[in-house]
Amino acid sequence: MRFVDEFRDAELGRAVAAEILSLVAPGRHYKLMEVCGGHTHSIYKYGIDDLLPANVELVHGPGCPVCVIPMGRVDDGIALARQPGVIFTCFGDMMRVPGSSGTLLDARAEGADVRMVYSPLDALRIARASPDREVVFFAIGFETTAPSTALTLRRAKAEGVANFSCMCSHVTIVPPLRALLESPDLRLDGFIGPGHVCTVVGARPFEFIPADYRRPVVISGFEPLDILQSVVMILRQLRDGRCEVENQYTRVVPYEGNPRALEVMAEVFELRPHFEWRGLGFISHSGLRLSAAYADFDAELRFSVPGVRVADPKACQCGEVLKGVIKPWECKVFGTACTPERPIGTCMVSSEGACAAYYNFGRFARVREAV
Amino acid sequence: MSGGVSAQQALSDREQRVLGIIETARGKRARFRDEQITMAHGAGGRATQTLIEALLEPALHNDALAALGDAGLVSAGAARLALSTDAYVVRPLRFPGGSIGELAVNGTVNDLAVSGARPLALSLSLILEEGLPAQQLRDEVQAIAAAAAAADVQVVTGDTKVVERGHADGMYICTSGIGLCDERAQLSPASLRPGDRVLLSGSVGEHGTAIMLARGEFDLDAEVVSDTGPLWPAVDALLEAVGADLRCMRDPTRGGVASVLNELARASSVAIVVREAAVPVLPAVAGAAELLGIDPMYVACEGRLVAFVAARAVPRALSALRGVAGCELACEIGEVRAQPPGMVLVETSFGRRVMDQLVGDPLPRIC
Repeated sequence: MRFVDEFRDAELGRAVAAEILSLVAPGRHYKLMEVCGGHTHSIYKYGIDDLLPANVELVHGPGCPVCVIPMGRVDDGIALARQPGVIFTCFGDMMRVPGSSGTLLDARAEGADVRMVYSPLDALRIARASPDREVVFFAIGFETTAPSTALTLRRAKAEGVANFSCMCSHVTIVPPLRALLESPDLRLDGFIGPGHVCTVVGARPFEFIPADYRRPVVISGFEPLDILQSVVMILRQLRDGRCEVENQYTRVVPYEGNPRALEVMAEVFELRPHFEWRGLGFISHSGLRLSAAYADFDAELRFSVPGVRVADPKACQCGEVLKGVIKPWECKVFGTACTPERPIGTCMVSSEGACAAYYNFGRFARVREAV
Repeated sequence: MSGGVSAQQALSDREQRVLGIIETARGKRARFRDEQITMAHGAGGRATQTLIEALLEPALHNDALAALGDAGLVSAGAARLALSTDAYVVRPLRFPGGSIGELAVNGTVNDLAVSGARPLALSLSLILEEGLPAQQLRDEVQAIAAAAAAADVQVVTGDTKVVERGHADGMYICTSGIGLCDERAQLSPASLRPGDRVLLSGSVGEHGTAIMLARGEFDLDAEVVSDTGPLWPAVDALLEAVGADLRCMRDPTRGGVASVLNELARASSVAIVVREAAVPVLPAVAGAAELLGIDPMYVACEGRLVAFVAARAVPRALSALRGVAGCELACEIGEVRAQPPGMVLVETSFGRRVMDQLVGDPLPRIC
């Protein structure tokens, strides 16, 4: 594929890897967090870890949009999906996230009309085509997906599609990062910044990380060479004693973001006072709900949902794993009560979560040393 | 794979113990504990395997079934026969490159072929939905007749049922087939040895991608045509060229090449290493898979085979395969190694990853 293959060139990859090796100080351990689940996916898909020296460790951050949805909200979604006449639409990987008693997939097997969509516009299309049904879209994701939900709602309002509504569970990336950075036991040296989010919000919202917490941030693209180059840029900052926001993904990310996307988000959404994150607990001003102007499209107002908070299982230590404080295998339930088939915590839910990845790949890593 | 397990760090007791637990859990015989059937049970991944190994096989146990091959082997006097059966529930009924009728013939004869049996005859059961336009039925009967002729098998018996409107999505088809085990074939899923090579008879992912696009759920325009077709000519050519150097074959239908490789890595207790760059994927399939967040290695093929051969037989095997229509892109995609047993690894341009069994339905990622 043109314009993509160029960023998957193995020769260049090895050259960048050599540069990484030249930048690390022997005896120092570097922990870099990739914030976005998309990065985690690329890192595993291409085996990028294999090109890094042993003392450069990539820690998987809180940016997997489905993993961070707490159990209570999954339960609310399932309750909505079970209402008579409702067609419940959501992104595919949300369907497997467990609530307190099962997943949306289970609800579908029990007769709920749960449908996978690739875009909120698909959900709106279903609503237009099924005027006698109520179509609810489970809106999740960071600033990457929020603008498309906002545009869809704007269109639904303009067209007066009365049988369409949204269960808004959009979140914003800066508050959880701040929460992580506030943690006294944090052990991270730098951040690979979320390129897709930054296409919308720009690089400026991340300036607090170097300013307040003295950690470098490099906004990164998602191809293997993007990620490797971002590692180089972070290591250079660390070597030079600098810390600033740099933009590796200049071909897509304008420093100021996308004003039109921000404008439609401001029109359609408002900040919730607080929002619960699976594994991280309540974080102030971290979630979005529909603004008063769009209240008619708010599924949580249109239907009654239980809205019951379900505590993360006590033994689950996803928060510590996310902060890089403990390793997956140090969690009490890892591999016993919590497995990829029956996940408890956010890190095991998605195949990109740190625990699922370790469960699937850890055994191999150990064998690799023996070979 | 993250740097937590690095060469410099000795593994802690805790980690050793946890890895031990995982190892035991993976090695354990699956238990069927689900409360209800979900789509995952039909997706060809771990849930399907659990259903088969923990419910069906124990209940119906016999030697032929226990092999869990694509076809069961039975003896009748001196003759060794292979028997296979399959149900076809594809939606839509027609798609670029084929239709449910054509699939119902090819799918079953291919299960016989990769078991090393020359297809002889088929049975045909039609389950029709009340209200199905007769023309659609005529079209599918035509497709079945044409595919049977192309595969050189006869449909020798059949059954027809009609169910109420709202059931059976228009039409479901079940076919069973018998084949005569070829004397040149000495195939076993447990026969893979380190050093053996993995061959693929053509590009991957076309059938599944064509179906996904034909459902029209994705607003994607791409010219992808199903690869459905009979495999006996390719199997015949392979057996003629390499005989006993052919260890095992599979047709990578549900769950794709990845699932087949995982099944055989476990059955032979070996590792299989695939070179990603060597796997042929048509640009349109690669593009659609990229957009949909799906790995083509898990997408169904309906006219491809994966063959394991001794290293010395590779040139003969490939030239034989490439001489068969539809197998021009046949190639070697990887090899069998001793370590780590039971696992499939992919070598990318940058490093390696594990290509695991599918858990659940292949659900697309959103970002």
